[in-house]
Amino acid sequence: MLNHPKEIVRDLEEKALLARQEIVRMTTNASSGHLGGSLSCVDLLVALYFHQLRHNPSDPSWPDRDRFILSKGHAAPALYAILALSGYFPKEELSTFRRMNSRLQGHPNNKKTPGVEISTGSLGQGLSGAVGMALGFKISGRENHVYALLGDGELNEGQIWEAAMFASHHEVVGITALVDRNHGQNDGRTEKVMSIESLIAKWMAFGWRVFEVNGHNMKDILDVLDRSMEDRNKPTVIIAETVKGKGVSFVEGNDAYHAKSLPKQKLDVALAELEGMRSAL
Amino acid sequence: MNHLPLVSTRQAFGEELCELGKKIENIVVLNADLSVSTRTSFFAEAFPERFFNAGIAEQNMMGVAAGLSTTGFIPIVSTLAVFAAGRAYDQIRNTICHSALNVKIAGSHSGISMGEDGSSHQSIEDIALMRVIPGMTVLVPADGLETKRALRAAIEHEGPVYMRLGRPEVAAITHRKSSFTLGRAKILRNGNDATIVACGIMVFQALKAADVLKCRGINVRVINMHTVKPLDLEVLSEAAEQTGGIVTAEDHSVIGGLGSAVLEALAWVRTKLPVYQIGIRDTFGESGNPDDLMRKYGLSWENIAKAVEEILSVKGV
Repeated sequence: MLNHPKEIVRDLEEKALLARQEIVRMTTNASSGHLGGSLSCVDLLVALYFHQLRHNPSDPSWPDRDRFILSKGHAAPALYAILALSGYFPKEELSTFRRMNSRLQGHPNNKKTPGVEISTGSLGQGLSGAVGMALGFKISGRENHVYALLGDGELNEGQIWEAAMFASHHEVVGITALVDRNHGQNDGRTEKVMSIESLIAKWMAFGWRVFEVNGHNMKDILDVLDRSMEDRNKPTVIIAETVKGKGVSFVEGNDAYHAKSLPKQKLDVALAELEGMRSAL
Repeated sequence: MNHLPLVSTRQAFGEELCELGKKIENIVVLNADLSVSTRTSFFAEAFPERFFNAGIAEQNMMGVAAGLSTTGFIPIVSTLAVFAAGRAYDQIRNTICHSALNVKIAGSHSGISMGEDGSSHQSIEDIALMRVIPGMTVLVPADGLETKRALRAAIEHEGPVYMRLGRPEVAAITHRKSSFTLGRAKILRNGNDATIVACGIMVFQALKAADVLKCRGINVRVINMHTVKPLDLEVLSEAAEQTGGIVTAEDHSVIGGLGSAVLEALAWVRTKLPVYQIGIRDTFGESGNPDDLMRKYGLSWENIAKAVEEILSVKGV
């Protein structure tokens, strides 16, 4: 296993901090957007886009690129922040999020936003698309890897398990699903709305290899991504334990911010809180 | 016309798919545990490495097809029309069409003419469901040869296409030398007294009605509207102007299907135009022999002829 140098980890953590600030700013500016579930998956996205994925922001349709699908499409603010920081489009454009005529729609749209592979938003559909891509690469003998980020609430959707069954049956191994296990969904805690445990046993029963990770520990995320690629003989899922609203104390674990943004008067406090974390990196 | 060879559109689809598989290497076929019913079994036998059974899971099948289309393949997805357009509607709308992906969907056993399995399996809403989605093309071929040509046109067209197929054997009415252009309707009979606009299995009934009416001295224009979306507005508005009355005929609900599409289009063309719809009148079907069902639910040449005569009386002829 690779031992990731401290500087690399620190650099990624700083990227995550910047992304969180952009997410808070973007959603408050739009007076809408899913803040909690965007902040919970930032570290995973940073690890993917700034470390793991083979991609080229100046050529979004580069044929040899790896693919990323945001199946939990409501975390679009997180994806947009990461795509902007990667250079897919100017950072200034983030202020147009959810505005009319913007390229940055409320949910990801591949016909509008550079870097978005497939439109998502209706939950439960992204994994199927990702499995289809991985199947395409498999039967054409290409090496591209496919990643899909799923919400834990999204696992209520039956289609997710149809896709899981399909991938193992057809031996589609070039797919890594990441579950943002933030324990929250629209109507409250996942445990209260719809129990999804035991998650590990469920994925294993569907023929997937399962890894677990603390979804906010950058070093652990890099490690688990490395390990997940070793001896790959099954489709693979990484269950990342996360906190909804991670990074802003009064949003953390607060389900009121599932589909909401911070009011303007709280924006500066939140941004300052995030800035304060820089020194601790 | 009774001597014409009989073949179902699903059969022609399966045969042509297999033929095209030889020439077009990036065709892949997906099916949801109905490969014999949809005749995709022919392709599966010839090209097992390019055939994927999704099991009884239509929603995932649409998503997998969407993903495959982004990696250089042309996925042809097939299942019964009721499961394709109904069960997987959101996947077709939100993953395939919203992403404008190059996926071809073939819905078989459409309409009440699918017969004995009954109303749970009789798709009388699929034209409506598919044509309402932005960017979707909707094809309803009338016989075997037209199905083969429609499939080729669907594959040549970049973007999502829904093809509506049927279970019963239908008479060959397409001329070998005629051509098929997506979005261009075919005028099968010329006449100026009234127009019948039909699609799918009802084109044969329309021709029969026209022939019978001709013996009574009534010359009816028959239009085969094989592409329900985009609708051929030119042929349609010309027919409205020149014949002054229209009968639409489809094995589908009168709400949202070909008849609705024609009415929507004609609302802009001419006022006070009598239009009569032949189709399923907002009811579910039932089990039975296809021919008996079509008669019981009014999908017959007799009913079309009657509608034409009613239109003539409205016109004051």
